[in-house]
Amino acid sequence: MKHSPLRIAARIVASLPVYALLLASAAVILFPLYMTVVDSLQPVTKLLTYPPDFWPGSPQWSNYRAAFTDIPMPRYMLNSLIMASVITLGQIATSILAAYAFSFLRFPGRTIIFFIFLSTMMVPWEASIIPNFQIIQRLNWLDTYQGLTVPFLATAFGTFLLRQQFMTLPAELKDAADIDGYGNLRFLFFVVIPLSRAAVATLAVFSFLQSWNQYLWPLLITNDPHMRTVQIGIASLQDQEVQRTNVVLAGTVIALLPMLFLVVAFQRFLVRGLTAGAVKG
Amino acid sequence: MTVAAARARRRSRQLRQLVAAAPFVLPSLALFCLFVFYPLLRSIWLGFHATDPFGRREVWVGIDQYRDVLTSSDFRHSLLVTGQFALYTVIGSTGLGLYLALLVHRRLPGIILFRTVFTSTVASSVAVSSVMWLLLLNPGVGVLNYVLGQGGVPGANWLTDPKWALPAIAMTTVWMNVGLATIVILAGLQNIPEELYESARVDGAGPWSQFVHVTLPALSPTLLFVSTVGVIFAFQSFGQIDILTKGGPLDSTTVIVYSIYREAFLHYNVGLASAQAVVLFVIVLLLTLVQFVAAQRWVFYR
Repeated sequence: MKHSPLRIAARIVASLPVYALLLASAAVILFPLYMTVVDSLQPVTKLLTYPPDFWPGSPQWSNYRAAFTDIPMPRYMLNSLIMASVITLGQIATSILAAYAFSFLRFPGRTIIFFIFLSTMMVPWEASIIPNFQIIQRLNWLDTYQGLTVPFLATAFGTFLLRQQFMTLPAELKDAADIDGYGNLRFLFFVVIPLSRAAVATLAVFSFLQSWNQYLWPLLITNDPHMRTVQIGIASLQDQEVQRTNVVLAGTVIALLPMLFLVVAFQRFLVRGLTAGAVKG
Repeated sequence: MTVAAARARRRSRQLRQLVAAAPFVLPSLALFCLFVFYPLLRSIWLGFHATDPFGRREVWVGIDQYRDVLTSSDFRHSLLVTGQFALYTVIGSTGLGLYLALLVHRRLPGIILFRTVFTSTVASSVAVSSVMWLLLLNPGVGVLNYVLGQGGVPGANWLTDPKWALPAIAMTTVWMNVGLATIVILAGLQNIPEELYESARVDGAGPWSQFVHVTLPALSPTLLFVSTVGVIFAFQSFGQIDILTKGGPLDSTTVIVYSIYREAFLHYNVGLASAQAVVLFVIVLLLTLVQFVAAQRWVFYR
Protein backbone atom coordinates (compact mmCIF):
# COMPACT_ATOMS: atom_id res chain seq x y z
CA MET A 1 0.00 0.00 0.00
CA LYS A 2 2.84 2.36 -0.75
CA HIS A 3 0.78 4.73 -2.84
CA SER A 4 -2.44 4.89 -0.89
CA PRO A 5 -4.12 8.32 -1.04
CA LEU A 6 -3.69 8.63 2.71
CA ARG A 7 0.07 8.14 2.51
CA ILE A 8 0.34 10.68 -0.25
CA ALA A 9 -1.78 13.16 1.71
CA ALA A 10 0.39 12.63 4.78
CA ARG A 11 3.50 13.28 2.74
CA ILE A 12 2.07 16.45 1.28
CA VAL A 13 1.18 17.75 4.74
CA ALA A 14 4.64 16.92 6.05
CA SER A 15 6.10 18.80 3.11
CA LEU A 16 4.06 21.95 3.52
CA PRO A 17 7.08 24.12 4.43
CA VAL A 18 8.86 22.88 1.30
CA TYR A 19 5.81 23.69 -0.79
CA ALA A 20 5.75 27.17 0.70
CA LEU A 21 9.38 27.69 -0.36
CA LEU A 22 8.69 26.21 -3.79
CA LEU A 23 5.71 28.49 -4.35
CA ALA A 24 7.55 31.59 -3.14
CA SER A 25 10.54 30.83 -5.38
CA ALA A 26 8.32 30.10 -8.36
CA ALA A 27 6.53 33.41 -7.79
CA VAL A 28 9.84 35.30 -7.82
CA ILE A 29 11.08 33.53 -10.96
CA LEU A 30 7.82 34.05 -12.83
CA PHE A 31 7.28 37.62 -11.66
CA PRO A 32 9.00 39.46 -14.55
CA LEU A 33 7.05 37.40 -17.06
CA TYR A 34 3.83 37.90 -15.12
CA MET A 35 4.25 41.67 -15.00
CA THR A 36 5.00 41.74 -18.72
CA VAL A 37 1.79 39.87 -19.45
CA VAL A 38 -0.18 42.17 -17.15
CA ASP A 39 1.23 45.31 -18.78
CA SER A 40 0.71 43.88 -22.26
CA LEU A 41 -3.02 43.79 -21.46
CA GLN A 42 -3.23 47.37 -20.16
CA PRO A 43 -4.13 50.56 -21.95
CA VAL A 44 -0.88 52.44 -22.49
CA THR A 45 -1.84 55.25 -20.09
CA LYS A 46 -2.00 52.74 -17.25
CA LEU A 47 1.68 51.91 -17.75
CA LEU A 48 2.66 55.40 -16.71
CA THR A 49 0.69 55.59 -13.48
CA TYR A 50 1.92 55.14 -9.96
CA PRO A 51 1.41 52.88 -8.06
CA PRO A 52 1.76 50.14 -10.68
CA ASP A 53 -1.12 47.74 -11.23
CA PHE A 54 -0.54 44.10 -10.42
CA TRP A 55 -3.71 43.00 -12.16
CA PRO A 56 -5.20 44.26 -15.43
CA GLY A 57 -8.54 45.89 -14.54
CA SER A 58 -10.18 45.03 -17.84
CA PRO A 59 -7.73 43.12 -20.03
CA GLN A 60 -7.28 44.82 -23.36
CA TRP A 61 -6.81 41.81 -25.62
CA SER A 62 -6.79 44.05 -28.66
CA ASN A 63 -3.12 44.82 -27.84
CA TYR A 64 -2.29 41.37 -29.13
CA ARG A 65 -4.21 41.98 -32.32
CA ALA A 66 -2.44 45.33 -32.64
CA ALA A 67 0.91 43.55 -32.37
CA PHE A 68 0.06 41.84 -35.64
CA THR A 69 -1.40 44.89 -37.38
CA ASP A 70 0.17 48.06 -35.92
CA ILE A 71 3.74 46.80 -35.54
CA PRO A 72 5.38 44.39 -38.01
CA MET A 73 5.36 41.32 -35.73
CA PRO A 74 4.28 38.88 -38.49
CA ARG A 75 7.26 39.86 -40.62
CA TYR A 76 9.67 39.67 -37.65
CA MET A 77 8.33 36.25 -36.67
CA LEU A 78 8.60 35.00 -40.23
CA ASN A 79 12.22 36.19 -40.49
CA SER A 80 13.12 34.53 -37.20
CA LEU A 81 11.33 31.35 -38.20
CA ILE A 82 13.16 31.16 -41.52
CA MET A 83 16.51 31.95 -39.94
CA ALA A 84 16.15 29.49 -37.07
CA SER A 85 14.79 26.72 -39.31
CA VAL A 86 17.56 27.04 -41.88
CA ILE A 87 20.26 27.11 -39.20
CA THR A 88 18.72 24.13 -37.39
CA LEU A 89 18.37 22.00 -40.52
CA GLY A 90 21.84 22.99 -41.69
CA GLN A 91 23.48 22.22 -38.38
CA ILE A 92 21.73 18.85 -38.20
CA ALA A 93 22.91 17.97 -41.71
CA THR A 94 26.54 19.05 -41.31
CA SER A 95 26.81 17.55 -37.82
CA ILE A 96 25.35 14.20 -38.84
CA LEU A 97 27.78 13.94 -41.74
CA ALA A 98 30.85 14.96 -39.75
CA ALA A 99 29.91 12.86 -36.72
CA TYR A 100 29.46 9.86 -39.01
CA ALA A 101 32.96 10.28 -40.42
CA PHE A 102 34.47 10.61 -36.95
CA SER A 103 32.63 7.52 -35.66
CA PHE A 104 32.52 5.05 -38.56
CA LEU A 105 35.13 5.99 -41.14
CA ARG A 106 38.88 5.50 -41.00
CA PHE A 107 40.95 8.06 -42.79
CA PRO A 108 44.36 9.64 -42.34
CA GLY A 109 44.28 12.76 -40.13
CA ARG A 110 41.02 11.83 -38.44
CA THR A 111 42.18 12.70 -34.92
CA ILE A 112 43.78 15.98 -35.96
CA ILE A 113 40.69 17.06 -37.86
CA PHE A 114 38.52 16.17 -34.88
CA PHE A 115 40.65 18.41 -32.68
CA ILE A 116 40.39 21.18 -35.25
CA PHE A 117 36.60 20.85 -34.93
CA LEU A 118 36.79 20.98 -31.14
CA SER A 119 39.09 24.00 -31.19
CA THR A 120 36.35 26.10 -32.81
CA MET A 121 34.52 25.95 -29.48
CA MET A 122 37.30 28.03 -27.93
CA VAL A 123 36.82 30.91 -30.34
CA PRO A 124 34.15 33.27 -29.07
CA TRP A 125 31.98 34.46 -31.94
CA GLU A 126 32.41 38.05 -30.74
CA ALA A 127 36.18 37.84 -31.31
CA SER A 128 35.78 37.17 -35.01
CA ILE A 129 32.71 39.24 -35.65
CA ILE A 130 34.40 42.16 -37.42
CA PRO A 131 35.97 40.08 -40.23
CA ASN A 132 32.76 38.05 -40.46
CA PHE A 133 30.82 41.26 -40.96
CA GLN A 134 33.29 42.27 -43.68
CA ILE A 135 32.90 38.91 -45.41
CA ILE A 136 29.11 39.18 -45.44
CA GLN A 137 29.36 42.78 -46.65
CA ARG A 138 31.70 41.79 -49.48
CA LEU A 139 29.38 38.96 -50.51
CA ASN A 140 26.54 41.50 -50.64
CA TRP A 141 24.70 39.44 -48.08
CA LEU A 142 23.71 42.25 -45.71
CA ASP A 143 19.93 42.17 -45.19
CA THR A 144 19.62 38.63 -46.58
CA TYR A 145 18.71 35.26 -45.14
CA GLN A 146 22.07 33.90 -46.38
CA GLY A 147 23.85 36.46 -44.26
CA LEU A 148 21.76 35.54 -41.22
CA THR A 149 22.28 31.81 -41.56
CA VAL A 150 25.30 30.63 -43.55
CA PRO A 151 27.98 31.52 -40.94
CA PHE A 152 26.17 29.27 -38.45
CA LEU A 153 25.55 26.18 -40.55
CA ALA A 154 28.31 24.12 -38.93
CA THR A 155 28.66 23.39 -35.23
CA ALA A 156 31.37 21.61 -33.30
CA PHE A 157 29.01 21.18 -30.36
CA GLY A 158 26.48 19.37 -32.55
CA THR A 159 29.15 17.21 -34.15
CA PHE A 160 30.49 16.28 -30.74
CA LEU A 161 27.02 15.54 -29.36
CA LEU A 162 26.11 13.26 -32.27
CA ARG A 163 29.51 11.57 -32.32
CA GLN A 164 29.02 10.64 -28.67
CA GLN A 165 25.72 9.03 -29.59
CA PHE A 166 27.07 7.28 -32.71
CA MET A 167 29.93 5.77 -30.70
CA THR A 168 27.42 3.98 -28.49
CA LEU A 169 26.12 1.98 -31.46
CA PRO A 170 27.69 -1.50 -31.56
CA ALA A 171 30.52 -1.95 -34.08
CA GLU A 172 28.82 -5.13 -35.31
CA LEU A 173 26.13 -2.99 -36.92
CA LYS A 174 28.69 -1.52 -39.26
CA ASP A 175 30.21 -4.94 -39.97
CA ALA A 176 26.79 -6.38 -40.76
CA ALA A 177 26.01 -3.41 -43.00
CA ASP A 178 29.32 -3.90 -44.82
CA ILE A 179 28.53 -7.58 -45.38
CA ASP A 180 25.09 -6.70 -46.69
CA GLY A 181 26.77 -4.36 -49.12
CA TYR A 182 25.34 -1.16 -47.61
CA GLY A 183 27.18 1.95 -48.69
CA ASN A 184 27.92 4.67 -46.15
CA LEU A 185 24.90 6.77 -47.03
CA ARG A 186 22.49 3.85 -46.86
CA PHE A 187 23.94 2.74 -43.52
CA LEU A 188 23.73 6.31 -42.23
CA PHE A 189 20.14 6.91 -43.30
CA PHE A 190 18.60 3.52 -42.59
CA VAL A 191 20.52 2.40 -39.51
CA VAL A 192 22.43 5.18 -37.72
CA ILE A 193 19.92 8.03 -37.89
CA PRO A 194 16.85 5.97 -36.89
CA LEU A 195 18.79 4.74 -33.85
CA SER A 196 19.89 8.27 -32.93
CA ARG A 197 16.64 10.17 -33.11
CA ALA A 198 16.84 11.41 -29.51
CA ALA A 199 20.31 12.90 -30.00
CA VAL A 200 19.24 14.56 -33.25
CA ALA A 201 16.19 15.99 -31.45
CA THR A 202 18.46 17.32 -28.71
CA LEU A 203 20.59 19.11 -31.27
CA ALA A 204 17.49 20.44 -33.01
CA VAL A 205 16.11 21.95 -29.79
CA PHE A 206 19.44 23.60 -29.03
CA SER A 207 20.02 24.97 -32.50
CA PHE A 208 16.53 26.37 -32.79
CA LEU A 209 16.54 27.98 -29.36
CA GLN A 210 19.97 29.50 -29.84
CA SER A 211 19.37 30.89 -33.29
CA TRP A 212 15.87 32.22 -32.53
CA ASN A 213 17.35 34.09 -29.55
CA GLN A 214 20.41 35.56 -31.33
CA TYR A 215 20.98 39.26 -30.90
CA LEU A 216 24.36 40.72 -31.90
CA TRP A 217 24.73 39.20 -35.38
CA PRO A 218 21.23 40.02 -36.69
CA LEU A 219 21.63 43.50 -35.21
CA LEU A 220 24.81 44.04 -37.22
CA ILE A 221 23.82 42.66 -40.58
CA THR A 222 20.21 43.79 -40.89
CA ASN A 223 19.25 47.41 -41.48
CA ASP A 224 16.12 46.94 -43.54
CA PRO A 225 13.13 46.73 -41.14
CA HIS A 226 11.74 43.96 -43.35
CA MET A 227 14.73 41.76 -42.61
CA ARG A 228 14.78 42.27 -38.85
CA THR A 229 14.41 39.24 -36.65
CA VAL A 230 11.92 39.32 -33.82
CA GLN A 231 14.63 39.98 -31.21
CA ILE A 232 15.96 43.05 -32.98
CA GLY A 233 12.41 44.09 -33.82
CA ILE A 234 11.11 44.22 -30.26
CA ALA A 235 14.33 45.74 -28.92
CA SER A 236 14.17 48.62 -31.38
CA LEU A 237 10.40 49.08 -31.06
CA GLN A 238 10.52 49.44 -27.29
CA ASP A 239 12.94 52.29 -27.93
CA GLN A 240 10.91 54.02 -30.64
CA GLU A 241 7.27 53.24 -29.94
CA VAL A 242 6.87 54.81 -26.51
CA GLN A 243 3.22 55.53 -27.33
CA ARG A 244 2.61 51.83 -27.88
CA THR A 245 4.67 50.18 -25.16
CA ASN A 246 1.75 47.89 -24.31
CA VAL A 247 1.63 46.61 -27.90
CA VAL A 248 5.40 46.11 -27.96
CA LEU A 249 5.08 44.12 -24.73
CA ALA A 250 2.41 41.97 -26.35
CA GLY A 251 4.94 41.42 -29.13
CA THR A 252 7.56 40.47 -26.54
CA VAL A 253 5.25 37.84 -25.09
CA ILE A 254 4.54 36.55 -28.59
CA ALA A 255 8.29 36.31 -29.29
CA LEU A 256 8.85 34.34 -26.10
CA LEU A 257 5.94 31.90 -26.42
CA PRO A 258 7.34 29.54 -29.08
CA MET A 259 10.59 29.15 -27.11
CA LEU A 260 8.72 28.63 -23.87
CA PHE A 261 6.77 25.87 -25.57
CA LEU A 262 9.96 24.36 -26.96
CA VAL A 263 11.68 24.38 -23.57
CA VAL A 264 8.73 22.93 -21.68
CA ALA A 265 7.81 20.30 -24.27
CA PHE A 266 11.37 19.15 -24.91
CA GLN A 267 12.82 19.61 -21.44
CA ARG A 268 14.13 16.05 -21.54
CA PHE A 269 16.27 16.80 -24.60
CA LEU A 270 17.47 20.08 -23.16
CA VAL A 271 18.81 18.38 -20.05
CA ARG A 272 20.46 15.72 -22.18
CA GLY A 273 22.25 18.26 -24.31
CA LEU A 274 23.39 20.38 -21.41
CA THR A 275 24.83 17.47 -19.48
CA ALA A 276 26.47 16.01 -22.57
CA GLY A 277 27.70 19.47 -23.38
CA ALA A 278 29.66 19.68 -20.15
CA VAL A 279 32.64 20.22 -22.44
CA LYS A 280 31.04 23.10 -24.27
CA GLY A 281 31.91 26.64 -23.36
CA MET B 1 55.61 -8.24 -52.67
CA THR B 2 58.21 -5.51 -52.60
CA VAL B 3 58.30 -2.72 -50.01
CA ALA B 4 57.62 -0.13 -52.66
CA ALA B 5 54.55 -1.97 -53.87
CA ALA B 6 53.24 -2.31 -50.32
CA ARG B 7 53.77 1.38 -49.74
CA ALA B 8 52.02 2.24 -52.98
CA ARG B 9 49.08 0.08 -51.96
CA ARG B 10 48.93 1.78 -48.58
CA ARG B 11 49.02 5.14 -50.27
CA SER B 12 46.18 4.32 -52.57
CA ARG B 13 44.15 2.87 -49.71
CA GLN B 14 44.61 6.07 -47.71
CA LEU B 15 43.66 8.11 -50.74
CA ARG B 16 40.50 6.06 -51.17
CA GLN B 17 39.68 6.60 -47.49
CA LEU B 18 40.18 10.34 -47.82
CA VAL B 19 38.01 10.50 -50.90
CA ALA B 20 35.31 8.54 -49.07
CA ALA B 21 35.47 10.73 -45.95
CA ALA B 22 35.70 14.09 -47.71
CA PRO B 23 31.98 14.57 -48.45
CA PHE B 24 31.21 13.94 -44.79
CA VAL B 25 33.83 16.21 -43.24
CA LEU B 26 34.32 18.96 -45.80
CA PRO B 27 31.00 20.83 -45.40
CA SER B 28 31.70 21.56 -41.74
CA LEU B 29 35.42 22.04 -42.26
CA ALA B 30 34.90 24.55 -45.07
CA LEU B 31 32.42 26.54 -42.99
CA PHE B 32 34.78 26.57 -40.01
CA CYS B 33 37.66 27.78 -42.19
CA LEU B 34 35.60 30.56 -43.71
CA PHE B 35 33.68 31.75 -40.64
CA VAL B 36 35.90 30.84 -37.69
CA PHE B 37 39.59 30.38 -38.52
CA TYR B 38 40.02 32.90 -41.31
CA PRO B 39 38.13 35.66 -39.40
CA LEU B 40 40.14 34.93 -36.28
CA LEU B 41 43.43 35.28 -38.16
CA ARG B 42 42.13 38.37 -39.88
CA SER B 43 41.18 39.89 -36.50
CA ILE B 44 44.77 39.41 -35.38
CA TRP B 45 45.99 40.94 -38.66
CA LEU B 46 43.62 43.92 -38.39
CA GLY B 47 44.84 44.46 -34.84
CA PHE B 48 48.27 45.26 -36.29
CA HIS B 49 46.73 48.07 -38.35
CA ALA B 50 45.49 51.48 -37.34
CA THR B 51 42.39 52.83 -39.02
CA ASP B 52 42.08 56.53 -39.82
CA PRO B 53 39.06 58.39 -38.41
CA PHE B 54 37.08 57.82 -41.62
CA GLY B 55 37.54 54.07 -41.45
CA ARG B 56 39.17 53.99 -44.85
CA ARG B 57 42.89 53.50 -44.73
CA GLU B 58 44.65 50.85 -42.77
CA VAL B 59 48.23 51.54 -41.75
CA TRP B 60 50.56 48.91 -40.35
CA VAL B 61 51.46 49.84 -36.79
CA GLY B 62 52.71 46.44 -35.64
CA ILE B 63 52.42 45.46 -32.02
CA ASP B 64 51.90 49.09 -30.93
CA GLN B 65 48.13 48.95 -31.08
CA TYR B 66 48.01 45.85 -28.90
CA ARG B 67 50.29 47.58 -26.42
CA ASP B 68 48.07 50.67 -26.53
CA VAL B 69 44.97 48.61 -25.92
CA LEU B 70 46.47 46.79 -22.97
CA THR B 71 47.75 50.00 -21.40
CA SER B 72 44.84 52.30 -22.23
CA SER B 73 42.75 53.30 -19.25
CA ASP B 74 39.54 52.90 -21.27
CA PHE B 75 40.20 49.27 -22.06
CA ARG B 76 41.41 48.50 -18.57
CA HIS B 77 38.23 50.09 -17.33
CA SER B 78 36.11 47.87 -19.57
CA LEU B 79 38.08 44.82 -18.40
CA LEU B 80 37.37 45.81 -14.83
CA VAL B 81 33.68 46.35 -15.57
CA THR B 82 33.49 42.95 -17.27
CA GLY B 83 35.27 41.31 -14.34
CA GLN B 84 32.86 42.86 -11.88
CA PHE B 85 29.94 41.85 -14.05
CA ALA B 86 31.28 38.28 -14.19
CA LEU B 87 31.65 38.22 -10.41
CA TYR B 88 28.08 39.44 -9.79
CA THR B 89 26.45 37.17 -12.35
CA VAL B 90 28.43 34.04 -11.49
CA ILE B 91 27.84 34.31 -7.76
CA GLY B 92 24.20 35.17 -8.38
CA SER B 93 23.29 32.48 -10.87
CA THR B 94 25.39 29.70 -9.34
CA GLY B 95 24.10 30.45 -5.83
CA LEU B 96 20.49 30.83 -6.89
CA GLY B 97 20.77 27.82 -9.22
CA LEU B 98 22.14 25.68 -6.38
CA TYR B 99 19.31 26.79 -4.10
CA LEU B 100 16.62 26.08 -6.70
CA ALA B 101 18.17 22.75 -7.70
CA LEU B 102 18.32 21.60 -4.06
CA LEU B 103 14.72 22.69 -3.65
CA VAL B 104 13.42 20.57 -6.53
CA HIS B 105 15.77 17.62 -5.98
CA ARG B 106 13.18 15.58 -4.10
CA ARG B 107 10.23 13.34 -4.78
CA LEU B 108 7.00 15.18 -4.17
CA PRO B 109 3.70 15.35 -6.02
CA GLY B 110 3.83 18.23 -8.47
CA ILE B 111 7.61 18.66 -8.28
CA ILE B 112 7.89 18.35 -12.07
CA LEU B 113 5.84 21.51 -12.39
CA PHE B 114 8.29 23.43 -10.21
CA ARG B 115 11.27 22.02 -12.09
CA THR B 116 9.70 23.29 -15.28
CA VAL B 117 9.09 26.73 -13.80
CA PHE B 118 12.61 27.06 -12.40
CA THR B 119 14.26 26.06 -15.64
CA SER B 120 11.87 28.03 -17.86
CA THR B 121 14.02 31.17 -18.05
CA VAL B 122 16.25 29.28 -20.51
CA ALA B 123 13.61 30.11 -23.09
CA SER B 124 14.00 33.83 -22.64
CA SER B 125 16.35 35.61 -25.02
CA VAL B 126 18.54 38.51 -24.05
CA ALA B 127 16.24 40.90 -25.91
CA VAL B 128 13.04 39.55 -24.37
CA SER B 129 14.53 39.57 -20.87
CA SER B 130 15.87 43.09 -21.24
CA VAL B 131 12.57 44.48 -22.47
CA MET B 132 10.78 42.78 -19.57
CA TRP B 133 13.21 44.09 -16.97
CA LEU B 134 13.25 47.59 -18.40
CA LEU B 135 9.69 47.83 -17.15
CA LEU B 136 10.41 46.55 -13.67
CA LEU B 137 13.48 48.77 -13.29
CA ASN B 138 11.72 52.00 -14.30
CA PRO B 139 12.56 54.39 -11.45
CA GLY B 140 9.22 56.27 -11.57
CA VAL B 141 6.52 53.71 -12.22
CA GLY B 142 8.46 50.42 -12.07
CA VAL B 143 7.45 47.62 -9.77
CA LEU B 144 10.87 47.14 -8.18
CA ASN B 145 11.03 50.60 -6.62
CA TYR B 146 7.37 50.31 -5.64
CA VAL B 147 7.93 47.02 -3.79
CA LEU B 148 11.08 48.37 -2.15
CA GLY B 149 9.17 51.48 -1.13
CA GLN B 150 6.47 49.37 0.49
CA GLY B 151 9.21 47.74 2.53
CA GLY B 152 10.57 51.13 3.52
CA VAL B 153 13.70 50.78 1.39
CA PRO B 154 14.45 53.75 -0.87
CA GLY B 155 14.50 52.81 -4.55
CA ALA B 156 17.17 53.81 -7.05
CA ASN B 157 17.58 55.13 -10.55
CA TRP B 158 18.67 51.66 -11.54
CA LEU B 159 19.86 52.24 -15.07
CA THR B 160 20.92 55.88 -14.93
CA ASP B 161 22.90 55.86 -11.69
CA PRO B 162 26.54 54.81 -12.33
CA LYS B 163 26.53 53.07 -8.96
CA TRP B 164 23.52 50.88 -9.73
CA ALA B 165 23.56 50.28 -13.47
CA LEU B 166 25.96 47.34 -13.49
CA PRO B 167 24.35 45.54 -10.53
CA ALA B 168 20.94 46.10 -12.12
CA ILE B 169 22.05 44.59 -15.42
CA ALA B 170 23.70 41.75 -13.52
CA MET B 171 20.37 41.10 -11.79
CA THR B 172 18.53 40.77 -15.10
CA THR B 173 21.32 38.51 -16.36
CA VAL B 174 21.14 36.29 -13.29
CA TRP B 175 17.41 35.89 -13.87
CA MET B 176 18.11 34.99 -17.49
CA ASN B 177 20.86 32.46 -16.70
CA VAL B 178 19.43 30.85 -13.59
CA GLY B 179 17.35 28.35 -15.56
CA LEU B 180 20.46 26.99 -17.23
CA ALA B 181 22.36 26.82 -13.94
CA THR B 182 19.46 25.02 -12.28
CA ILE B 183 19.23 22.39 -15.03
CA VAL B 184 22.94 21.60 -14.90
CA ILE B 185 23.20 21.57 -11.09
CA LEU B 186 20.07 19.42 -10.77
CA ALA B 187 21.59 16.92 -13.21
CA GLY B 188 24.74 16.97 -11.07
CA LEU B 189 22.71 16.29 -7.92
CA GLN B 190 20.92 13.39 -9.58
CA ASN B 191 24.28 11.86 -10.49
CA ILE B 192 25.46 11.61 -6.89
CA PRO B 193 25.20 7.92 -5.93
CA GLU B 194 22.67 7.26 -3.16
CA GLU B 195 25.17 4.96 -1.39
CA LEU B 196 27.28 7.97 -0.47
CA TYR B 197 24.37 9.37 1.52
CA GLU B 198 23.58 6.00 3.05
CA SER B 199 27.09 5.51 4.37
CA ALA B 200 27.12 9.10 5.66
CA ARG B 201 23.87 8.39 7.55
CA VAL B 202 25.34 5.19 8.95
CA ASP B 203 28.17 7.36 10.27
CA GLY B 204 25.55 9.51 11.98
CA ALA B 205 25.66 12.53 9.66
CA GLY B 206 22.71 14.90 9.87
CA PRO B 207 21.26 16.78 6.86
CA TRP B 208 23.71 19.70 7.15
CA SER B 209 26.71 17.43 7.59
CA GLN B 210 25.54 15.35 4.59
CA PHE B 211 25.30 18.52 2.54
CA VAL B 212 28.79 19.70 3.52
CA HIS B 213 30.56 16.34 3.38
CA VAL B 214 28.73 14.54 0.58
CA THR B 215 26.73 16.90 -1.63
CA LEU B 216 29.17 19.79 -1.96
CA PRO B 217 32.32 17.74 -2.72
CA ALA B 218 30.46 15.50 -5.14
CA LEU B 219 28.92 18.53 -6.78
CA SER B 220 32.11 20.58 -7.01
CA PRO B 221 32.94 19.67 -10.64
CA THR B 222 29.41 20.68 -11.64
CA LEU B 223 29.62 23.95 -9.72
CA LEU B 224 33.01 24.62 -11.24
CA PHE B 225 31.59 23.99 -14.71
CA VAL B 226 28.62 26.27 -14.10
CA SER B 227 30.87 29.04 -12.76
CA THR B 228 33.38 28.91 -15.59
CA VAL B 229 30.66 28.88 -18.20
CA GLY B 230 29.13 31.82 -16.33
CA VAL B 231 32.42 33.76 -16.51
CA ILE B 232 32.73 33.00 -20.23
CA PHE B 233 29.11 34.12 -20.77
CA ALA B 234 29.84 37.35 -18.88
CA PHE B 235 32.83 38.06 -21.12
CA GLN B 236 30.58 37.58 -24.16
CA SER B 237 27.65 39.68 -22.89
CA PHE B 238 26.34 42.35 -25.18
CA GLY B 239 22.57 42.41 -25.75
CA GLN B 240 21.43 43.43 -22.28
CA ILE B 241 23.98 46.28 -22.24
CA ASP B 242 22.94 47.47 -25.69
CA ILE B 243 19.25 47.49 -24.80
CA LEU B 244 19.37 48.70 -21.20
CA THR B 245 22.21 51.23 -20.96
CA LYS B 246 24.30 51.41 -24.16
CA GLY B 247 27.39 51.20 -22.01
CA GLY B 248 26.45 54.17 -19.83
CA PRO B 249 26.03 55.96 -17.57
CA LEU B 250 29.63 57.27 -17.55
CA ASP B 251 30.84 53.99 -19.11
CA SER B 252 29.88 52.16 -15.94
CA THR B 253 28.48 49.25 -18.01
CA THR B 254 30.90 49.25 -20.96
CA VAL B 255 31.81 45.57 -21.00
CA ILE B 256 34.42 44.29 -23.48
CA VAL B 257 32.05 43.22 -26.24
CA TYR B 258 30.15 46.49 -26.02
CA SER B 259 33.46 48.33 -26.31
CA ILE B 260 34.41 46.26 -29.40
CA TYR B 261 31.00 46.93 -30.94
CA ARG B 262 31.22 50.66 -30.27
CA GLU B 263 34.73 51.03 -31.66
CA ALA B 264 34.07 48.95 -34.77
CA PHE B 265 30.50 49.77 -35.72
CA LEU B 266 29.83 53.21 -34.24
CA HIS B 267 33.30 54.83 -34.37
CA TYR B 268 34.53 52.81 -37.39
CA ASN B 269 37.83 52.23 -35.64
CA VAL B 270 38.18 48.70 -36.96
CA GLY B 271 41.87 48.29 -36.10
CA LEU B 272 41.48 49.19 -32.44
CA ALA B 273 38.31 47.13 -32.12
CA SER B 274 40.09 44.12 -33.64
CA ALA B 275 42.95 44.40 -31.18
CA GLN B 276 40.36 44.38 -28.37
CA ALA B 277 38.64 41.39 -29.95
CA VAL B 278 41.92 39.47 -29.97
CA VAL B 279 42.42 40.22 -26.28
CA LEU B 280 38.88 38.91 -25.70
CA PHE B 281 39.78 35.75 -27.62
CA VAL B 282 42.88 35.18 -25.48
CA ILE B 283 40.88 35.67 -22.27
CA VAL B 284 38.14 33.24 -23.31
CA LEU B 285 40.77 30.75 -24.49
CA LEU B 286 42.53 30.90 -21.11
CA LEU B 287 39.22 30.52 -19.27
CA THR B 288 38.35 27.50 -21.37
CA LEU B 289 41.74 25.93 -20.66
CA VAL B 290 41.41 26.65 -16.94
CA GLN B 291 38.04 24.93 -16.97
CA PHE B 292 39.50 21.99 -18.85
CA VAL B 293 42.47 21.53 -16.53
CA ALA B 294 40.42 22.09 -13.40
CA ALA B 295 37.79 19.63 -14.59
CA GLN B 296 40.49 16.97 -15.00
CA ARG B 297 42.01 17.65 -11.62
CA TRP B 298 38.79 18.01 -9.70
CA VAL B 299 37.20 14.76 -10.72
CA PHE B 300 38.11 13.48 -7.35
CA TYR B 301 35.83 11.42 -5.25
CA ARG B 302 36.35 7.62 -5.43
